[in-house]
Amino acid sequence: MAEKVLMKGNEAVAEAAIRAGCRLYFAYPITPQSELIEYMARMMPKANGVFVQAESEIAAINMVYGASGCGRRAMTSSSSPGIALKQEGISYLAGANLPAVIINVQRGGPGLGDIQPAQGDYFQATRGGGNGDYYTMALAPSTVQEFADMAALAFDLADKYRNPVIILADGLLGQMMEPVEFQPAKTEAELKELDNQHLDWCCCPNEDEPNHHHHEINSLEIDPVVLEQHVIKLGEKYDKITANEQRWEDYNINKDNEILVVAFGTASRICKSAVDELNDAGHNIGLVRPITVWPYPYDAVFKAVGPKVKKVVVFELNLGQMVQDVKIAVNGKVPVDFMGKVGGILFSTDEVKAKIEESLEEAK
Amino acid sequence: MQVIATRPNTLTDLNFTYCPGCLHGVAHRLIAESIDELGMRNQMMGVAPVGCSVFAYKFFNFDMQEAAHGRAPALATGMKRARPDMNVFTYQGDGDLAAIGTAEIVHAANRGEHFTVFFVNNAIYGMTGGQMAPTTLPDMKTTTSPYGRDVDDIGYPIRVCELLNTLQAPYFIERVSLLSPAEIMKAKKAVKKALTYNKEERGFTFIEFISTCPTNWGLDAIESRDWAREKMLPFFKIQNFRDNGKEEA
Repeated sequence: MAEKVLMKGNEAVAEAAIRAGCRLYFAYPITPQSELIEYMARMMPKANGVFVQAESEIAAINMVYGASGCGRRAMTSSSSPGIALKQEGISYLAGANLPAVIINVQRGGPGLGDIQPAQGDYFQATRGGGNGDYYTMALAPSTVQEFADMAALAFDLADKYRNPVIILADGLLGQMMEPVEFQPAKTEAELKELDNQHLDWCCCPNEDEPNHHHHEINSLEIDPVVLEQHVIKLGEKYDKITANEQRWEDYNINKDNEILVVAFGTASRICKSAVDELNDAGHNIGLVRPITVWPYPYDAVFKAVGPKVKKVVVFELNLGQMVQDVKIAVNGKVPVDFMGKVGGILFSTDEVKAKIEESLEEAK
Repeated sequence: MQVIATRPNTLTDLNFTYCPGCLHGVAHRLIAESIDELGMRNQMMGVAPVGCSVFAYKFFNFDMQEAAHGRAPALATGMKRARPDMNVFTYQGDGDLAAIGTAEIVHAANRGEHFTVFFVNNAIYGMTGGQMAPTTLPDMKTTTSPYGRDVDDIGYPIRVCELLNTLQAPYFIERVSLLSPAEIMKAKKAVKKALTYNKEERGFTFIEFISTCPTNWGLDAIESRDWAREKMLPFFKIQNFRDNGKEEA
């Protein structure tokens, strides 16, 4: 067992990304993710990696595009307003079938909003975010350990599907310190293997004739018939991801659940405490925590609605975004209720408990 | 049989998609010939812009990336940092480089990134149909300056070489003309020099081509060269602004 260290989420995910073979990191400072860029500035040179502080969020994501187009593991990170700026580049990455990892340490919005934790970028992360028909995988951690572990998972998924992957964290996970245990860093041999995995399509040195190649990294198809086929192929990829990559956590899910709670990320931590307290008091509350918010675990949420569940209650740090997916999942089987907190304010365990108790009361 | 003229290996077999009289083909050819002559093709990769030369990724015969509008220097930064063993160039027009991509070009130059930027200035947006560019001349009529560019309202054309020449990091900056065979021969020398410095990892190298747009200027090929000579060259002076390798030569 590796030693556990106490670290902020922003630093833990940075360290984990380096260990997972992140070769290049490009970013722009923004609160509450600045510890991440600062950690990379310190540690990437020591790991023989590339760190560049870009002139803008837009430049940073386009540097990622260039590096990823050369077959290297590349990453950027930001917080909500910065992620909004990166959407142009994310759409181009998706259109060009490029792997990349993008970390969003969410804060309150819209616009400049504030610098406190929020989950207001759920729609953006799960519905593409930029122009055109595309999806990015979106992983939502709920602990510093899980945040760190998602770095390797995100790179592996990005490489496997040649698609951008978002880690959808928030200011709480970025700023909070928790014990974390790291995977061992990739060996030189493993790094070399990663560097060579995309040579059949990426920008790389040429051989003399007759092995000369001409790889084009590109999202432009001016002929509508060609573009149609390109987008259909992207759609087939998203279908495959949807079929293979749904992740979630069942928490006290059983056939006697009275109420089902659905929450992700930081919100789910608070909900778990509330669920624990209510269950200790003799209730039977289940909780589903989506870990991939795209692809969304619709079936898992549906199956978690046990025979005695009277109501599903969704808790989010926004005005109600994931609740739309929960409604699709539950498909009218039972009513779906919602409680949100906005402005970068967290709900307390007592507030969550009160909402669930209210639902229990109504369901009687 | 002796071959005295042939297509450079650096160009693919595709026919250019440019209008009659357009000078993009000449610029492509100068770059391709120089890459061939310097033996750089197998280690070369490039970035195509958004604009008339958007399909440059199809024409250059090595690996290419297509950038979002203005972002070519950011892509090239990522590419060169990812593959320091390779050589990189971008090819960009005036709208791409001097309007929407101003931040990217200034900061790539300021970091002294080890790649070459080829900048084609024809004082107009070509592909979108002849709108005003940041390099459109005072009083010049375009579809979005139908009464002529009013400098009191929208400002003066940007001289990119002069702008970049205020920065300390760039290694080589030169503006060349493609308006006559003699000027094309001179331009070739500058292109080759920039690419030589690129190969030798000297630093950031920048070439501005003064070019034409017969289609959107409403002139034929010859008239547009005359117009460019008369109107553009007095404003955009043909000169070398920076050659840090000069003393060694």
